[in-house]
Amino acid sequence: MAKLTVDGTEVEVPNGASVLQACEAAGVEIPRFCYHERLSVAGNCRMCLVEVEKAPKPVASCAYPVADGMVVKTDTAVVRQARRGVMEFLLINHPLDCPICDQGGECDLQDQAYSYGMDHSRFAENKRAVKDKYLGPLVKTFMTRCIHCTRCIRFSSEVAGVAEMGATSRGENMEVGTYIEKALTTELSGNLIDICPVGALLNKPYSFTARPWELRKTDSVDVHDALGSNIRVDARGSEVLRILPRTNEDVNEEWLGDKSRFSHDGLKRRRLDKPWVRQDGKLRPASWPEAFGAIAAKLKDLPGERIGAVAGDLCDAESMVALKDLMASLGSQNLDCRQDGAALEGGRRDFYTFNTTVAGIEDADAILLVGSNPRREAPVLNARIRKRLNQGGCPVAYVGQPADLTYAARHLGDGVAAMEDAAEVLRGAKRPMVIVGQGALRRPDGAAVLAAAWALAASVGALTPEWHGFNVLHTAAARVGALDLGFLPGPGGKALPAMLGGGVDLLWLLGADEFDTAAIGADTFVVYQGHHGDRGAARADVILPGAAYTEKGGTYVNTEGRVQRGYVSVQPPGEAREDWAILRAFSAVLGKPLPYDSIQDVRDRLAAVNPVFKTLQDLPHRGCTDQAGPSGDPAGVGREPLQPAVPNYYQTNAINRASATMAECTRTYAAPVLQAAE
Amino acid sequence: MSEHLGGPHGSQVGLGTAENIGDGSSGEGEAQPTHFAFDEASEAEIEAILTKYPPSRKASGVLPLLYVVQGQMRRQTGSAWVPRVAMDVVAARLEVPPIRVYEVATFYLMFNTNRIGRHHLQVCGTTPCWLRGSEDVTRACRDETGIKGWRQTSADGMFTMSEVECLGACVNAPILQVDDDYYEDLDYDRTVALLQALRRGEKPQPGSVIGRITSAPEGGPTTLNTIPIAGE
Amino acid sequence: MNNVETIAVVPTILRRGGAWFSALGRPKNAGTKIFCISGHVNKPCNVEEELGIPLRELIDTYAGGVRGGWDNLLAVIPGGSSVPLIPKDICDTVLMDFDSLRDVKSGLGTAGVIVMDKSTDVIRAIDRLAQFYKHESCGQCTPCREGTGWMMRVMHRMVQGRAEVEEIDTLEKVTKQVEGHTICALGDAAAWPIQGLIRHFRPVMEERIAQYKAARAPRPMPMAAE
Repeated sequence: MAKLTVDGTEVEVPNGASVLQACEAAGVEIPRFCYHERLSVAGNCRMCLVEVEKAPKPVASCAYPVADGMVVKTDTAVVRQARRGVMEFLLINHPLDCPICDQGGECDLQDQAYSYGMDHSRFAENKRAVKDKYLGPLVKTFMTRCIHCTRCIRFSSEVAGVAEMGATSRGENMEVGTYIEKALTTELSGNLIDICPVGALLNKPYSFTARPWELRKTDSVDVHDALGSNIRVDARGSEVLRILPRTNEDVNEEWLGDKSRFSHDGLKRRRLDKPWVRQDGKLRPASWPEAFGAIAAKLKDLPGERIGAVAGDLCDAESMVALKDLMASLGSQNLDCRQDGAALEGGRRDFYTFNTTVAGIEDADAILLVGSNPRREAPVLNARIRKRLNQGGCPVAYVGQPADLTYAARHLGDGVAAMEDAAEVLRGAKRPMVIVGQGALRRPDGAAVLAAAWALAASVGALTPEWHGFNVLHTAAARVGALDLGFLPGPGGKALPAMLGGGVDLLWLLGADEFDTAAIGADTFVVYQGHHGDRGAARADVILPGAAYTEKGGTYVNTEGRVQRGYVSVQPPGEAREDWAILRAFSAVLGKPLPYDSIQDVRDRLAAVNPVFKTLQDLPHRGCTDQAGPSGDPAGVGREPLQPAVPNYYQTNAINRASATMAECTRTYAAPVLQAAE
Repeated sequence: MSEHLGGPHGSQVGLGTAENIGDGSSGEGEAQPTHFAFDEASEAEIEAILTKYPPSRKASGVLPLLYVVQGQMRRQTGSAWVPRVAMDVVAARLEVPPIRVYEVATFYLMFNTNRIGRHHLQVCGTTPCWLRGSEDVTRACRDETGIKGWRQTSADGMFTMSEVECLGACVNAPILQVDDDYYEDLDYDRTVALLQALRRGEKPQPGSVIGRITSAPEGGPTTLNTIPIAGE
Repeated sequence: MNNVETIAVVPTILRRGGAWFSALGRPKNAGTKIFCISGHVNKPCNVEEELGIPLRELIDTYAGGVRGGWDNLLAVIPGGSSVPLIPKDICDTVLMDFDSLRDVKSGLGTAGVIVMDKSTDVIRAIDRLAQFYKHESCGQCTPCREGTGWMMRVMHRMVQGRAEVEEIDTLEKVTKQVEGHTICALGDAAAWPIQGLIRHFRPVMEERIAQYKAARAPRPMPMAAE
């Protein structure tokens, strides 16, 4: 530790910390543009200059290491003059765009010019202008505004792992860009918008839409993948205008995947905003009582074993527990949350969660990916793996389709059996990780693969009381919550494959659109409760309009098993309602009211079903206390090559399929072949 | 992005992806070739160059390798420049992302990212040369080649004329650098004579055109006279 | 990376001894330097001499003297383009070593002696250096990237005289904003020549401005016929 003085205040910081970090520890604000806590130090904006006693000239505090006994002064005439000088230099070629620049109101340059700059300009020459560059459908460029802080360049190569941004040419002609105008190929490109301190890199779909002070900001949780990135939903009136990441060191740091950030325009399209009932083969609008009546009529005298329910990938825990209780009241054991057929079982939590935790990745020293492409399945988690690899000493190997994961990874083979080749390296590591993806589980031998992966983890010493190296990376935000609630076939109950083809006479789809609805029996009465008119609604006999994740207070459990909560940002459209409330209302129509009348009651019910729901947000790093594996037989692993779980990152659920932005991304990046559950 | 390249040296790279191909920063939009491969002479140079660096640091070879590209283009096409596809080849050879090579190639003016004439006339215009008459040299170049402005090529494609910054030979000012050679102590007439010789296909002796021995004063050295000078 | 000049002198020092080398020059300014004499001299050349040699002696002995005689001298940049120039009256007596030149607010730098005689438009000479620095700026840090361009453009106007007298002060302040705030010494190097020009040749700059104004003095406004 080093003890130093900043503006008279003594602070103690670790050795190797920078003067800027020491100033922050002392509570002193240091202006900066190029410095970012999660990127390497560049030291080129010169805004962070401070005076250090005995140094002949002001030093760049972001790049100057602390020393014991250092005396730092941040508010002297020299420092103030330096800041004014740098500010002046930044503004001489910066266009007077504030009135038309989207960054206005949340612009670092504005804020720091106001606090540290001069109140007038002395520049009498012509300003330079820079041609705009094409970076893809998501990031808009106004390169004349660029102040060459190089944050985007460093983010591109360090965090995103695609070194595509650079600074070409020299001096005042220096231009930041890709040089060859091509779309950025990273799923994290939206984060460039956040880190750019000025309006040079902007949110393209959001252009010219709103000013930040008009927006109502609500904390929520992302549901487009299973990472549960913390988000902030910015809305104006009844419209969600944009989604930004919220900092959570344990889950998503400061980052957010592009799908999670830019799919919100899909929240306005193909919405189910009123109940529908199918009459004479055609769907017609109906009232709530009509819709409920139609379902109740069908349920009359229907035995429980002929009724089934499937929970989709975007469901909140509240609606799932309500549906489970409803099914129980109807005597049905036919529940399934695995619409993709993944071989997951309930029971022991560590068979279906990311046990190492996302933050725990940073302690790993060997990683094996089995049927998982984290780049496509959870790009922010992939960035965390990359972050660990940047520190060196953590080999990564994978089995599955050859893929570019943005870091060096050894491809062991296309089939599951090849994972044994990693055993030696894993055994030699102190904290090895095995990550199993849905691509490994969505197969007829999925249970065998899960068991084989667990056995491998056990045999290489990845399962110790201090370190749990067995991880399942989900793609569905609702999956872990559903498994925690036991949304699975009960004793004698049918799983989804058995419910299809006439296995049940009434099938309740709670936002389930990712399986082949053509396989549902022609006579099965389908109730679709969800928010978008996608595959499920197309097959439905009754449609009950529910709320999307930005429109309801919901509890979501991420792939780590972390329980997180999202809050209501906007009201659901038209007559749509919160999903648990729909189920509660329907239960009253049936004469078997569910025992909760408020969301708090539902949440109490969640905790009663599974105590994990009592603890929000926290998830202690845990070890493995029981090495016994899941029920599958490892010998049953087949030879078929592993298929990717997410062929097209941009279109994986009903919301992003309805999004024009995601359609544009698909056209730009992914082969426009519809993936599928079809 | 890792590119899987064929061939023992992996040097043949086509442009496969749907990108806008344009010289992003200079915006001159000339048609770029779609293929580039190092020839035998270049490969020999590259081998010698890369032995200077530890294998983990071979990225340091980006500057000399780009110069090898430029030299090869001069040999093969008469125009010394670095096509974009060649930058990709260098990137693949040195196992660095292409953008890192683009950055280096556009940073240094010694790399021409567009085609130039057969000879690159680089006039130093910085103050020491200016004091000794670089403006006369410039005027001579303009008059003799017909070129109107900096970075333009003569109508017959023989010469491209650029103003460059200090070439570091101030005591022999003014300097005209032709391709890789310095011609020193010029004036208007001597510059014209030089250009006419180049046009005839001759390669005049580089160095001081008035016969000075490198940077010794005119009339011969006035110090260390008792020591024989090599070559005399 | 090492300077060729440094390495080149090593064998001689090894042969003749460190004490011999340190005895040349004076304390803290010991040894020899290769002086690169260019510009308006009769015989530009490179010569290795003892540190502390008077500037006049250096130029007269080895470079054939200033073109047109010593009294035709206007100013000298003694240490390469990065150091401020010194006018003739300082050149008359100054010694060529680190401390002597620092004492007259210049520097030995690289000992690149650029001699300018009275035919020189000194504003243009410094302007061309400002252009040099703007061209060479790498573009990483803000003060140099933006500042060298700004200083060059103001200097271009100063060559024409197309400026206000107050802008000379502004220009000087801008050089002080660049100096000391950059990642590398190029920022300082860009700032110092302009400071030297303003320090010693401000009257020339002001006169240029006055001339420009006079040449463009507005004609009397024609009055409308009443």
